[in-house]
Amino acid sequence: MGRKLLTEHINVEGIDTIEVYRKHGGYRSVEKAIKTMTPDEVVEEVKKSGLRGRGGAGFPTGMKWSFLAKPEGVPRYLVCNADESEPGTFKDRQLMSKLPHLLIEGMITSSYALGANTSYIYIRGELLYVLRILEKAIAEAYAAGFLGKNILGSGYDLDLYVHPGGGAYICGEETALLESLEGKRGNPRNKPPFPAVQGLYARPTVVNNVESIAAVPVIVNDGGDEYAKIGIGRSTGTKLISACGHLNKPGIYEIELGVPVEEFIYSDEYCGGIWKGRDLKAVVAGGSSVPILPKELILKTAAGEPRLMTYESLSDGGFVTGTMLGSGGFIAMDETTCIVRNTWNFSRFYHHESCGQCSPCREGTGWLEKILHRIEHGHGTERDIDVLASVAKQIEGNTICPLGEAAAWPVSAAIRHFRDEFEWHIRHPQEATRPGAVYPGKAVLA
Amino acid sequence: MEPTNAPAKPQFSEAAKAEIDRICKQYPAERRKSAMLPVLHIAQAEFGGWVAPEVQDLVAEVLGVKPIEVYEVSTFYTMFNLKPVGKHVLEICRTGPCQLRGSDELTMELERITGAKVGEGPSADGLFTLKEVECLAACGFAPVVQVREKYYEQLDTEASVNAMLSELRNMVHRPALPWEETGLPNAVANN
Repeated sequence: MGRKLLTEHINVEGIDTIEVYRKHGGYRSVEKAIKTMTPDEVVEEVKKSGLRGRGGAGFPTGMKWSFLAKPEGVPRYLVCNADESEPGTFKDRQLMSKLPHLLIEGMITSSYALGANTSYIYIRGELLYVLRILEKAIAEAYAAGFLGKNILGSGYDLDLYVHPGGGAYICGEETALLESLEGKRGNPRNKPPFPAVQGLYARPTVVNNVESIAAVPVIVNDGGDEYAKIGIGRSTGTKLISACGHLNKPGIYEIELGVPVEEFIYSDEYCGGIWKGRDLKAVVAGGSSVPILPKELILKTAAGEPRLMTYESLSDGGFVTGTMLGSGGFIAMDETTCIVRNTWNFSRFYHHESCGQCSPCREGTGWLEKILHRIEHGHGTERDIDVLASVAKQIEGNTICPLGEAAAWPVSAAIRHFRDEFEWHIRHPQEATRPGAVYPGKAVLA
Repeated sequence: MEPTNAPAKPQFSEAAKAEIDRICKQYPAERRKSAMLPVLHIAQAEFGGWVAPEVQDLVAEVLGVKPIEVYEVSTFYTMFNLKPVGKHVLEICRTGPCQLRGSDELTMELERITGAKVGEGPSADGLFTLKEVECLAACGFAPVVQVREKYYEQLDTEASVNAMLSELRNMVHRPALPWEETGLPNAVANN
């Protein structure tokens, strides 16, 4: 069994109350940081831990913190990105609803490190019930003296608020999130200036994912060096993986980074294999925006090494043979899955969620969806596959925010690894569109 | 000629006003517009599950912004209903992971049982509006339907679907508004 740093107590009865949470060591990091450490020392521990942003980008959290501008007399903000909406990713919702105080403790310790006196948790609007759980826990933290004025007699003040979104995936992008928090449409901003210099209300701001912030108490309590001992190479610590699709035991697993993908899928400790005794066909390993990989490539790297659940191993070989750890949204597909249908579904998602600000994304995602729709429904033409690949290529790198890439990568990867299945759809429309039709394999295509 | 039977201008209840005041204090005084989304959620819950143009005007008035600033937000975010809805809005997740576990079939089944059509008006009895939505972040428990704040998960059997619908049919009173169940002293977070 791997070590559990965040979820060790997740099933303890009453852990959502401050009493039980404190009995299990809760809020120690706040006391330790505020009473015995300077803010810079906390930042230093996070740097030493090697913690990388758990929202998907994997950028080192400590380094992100050290970029924060600190002009005198100007407020700065910490904003927690709890707008989890990436298909396949559902870890933050679970973490917040079961362990609200872990996130709050992380917010307080992190805010102290950054010198923020007001912090916000931006939570996706659909999770109003989680917002209530968090607000109740925040009230308990105020009453216990961990929030408000003069925390633990240190002279440090912090107010913490929860803010609901309104149902827009794009608000998970940090600058769109800040626009939304200011009461506007969630249109991403051009960077630079980065939020670290001009973020919320044009003030210096750090935006971190729920899971990244939840890891901070552990790092402060045990020390960054201890945290860095877990994992492999530059993939330190533990990671929450939300596993779904055709698995026997879908759910949320906290793994030590470095578990082999094969073990994660098939062992009883984790997903328990593919449902209905079927064979695995493909996996999207890090949320819908990362490239899909066929079974052979997700289990082994191009060099034939076992693929590991780390940032590096999953991306081994770039996008030719690899993918990304991303947000840890692990979607497994069995042998009966129609890749064209799945790719169309994801394209529909990105078209629906494009904010419409940049033409390549606004128009391009629509084109991707339309072409995939007609291939899936038996009206594809021989040119379509190349047009699809070309549209995807032209979205990439030409938009203000990464939603463009998120829409393009799944399509180009599906064509890269499953081109023959697209061709089958186009050449044998009647067979391919029969309900429950399964691509019969290359031999039949020839 | 002025219409003589113009509908009365909508007004927030006292409880909603208090909640709005509490929320507005969470942002710098000159940044009251930040409360836009939370206040729209309150408005939608208070006025029958959708935000009519006059409700949006009321939100603008409360926040001290121009009505257009509310319209551009309400039309951007998918959670705000711009047309009247049934007593229960069933938001069916249709995204990849849910589709892999049968959300298309679930949608057809719900259309058949309720008589409502996705994307159209409420069912004839006024009870159900069906809405397909993108990812609800519950992929491990697919297929999933959200009704207000409650998630109905693993709706892959006839029994689970029927249990959900009968629970909703038997709900006599209107569901609680978001601020009615918090049990929070209003001033707690604003010291």
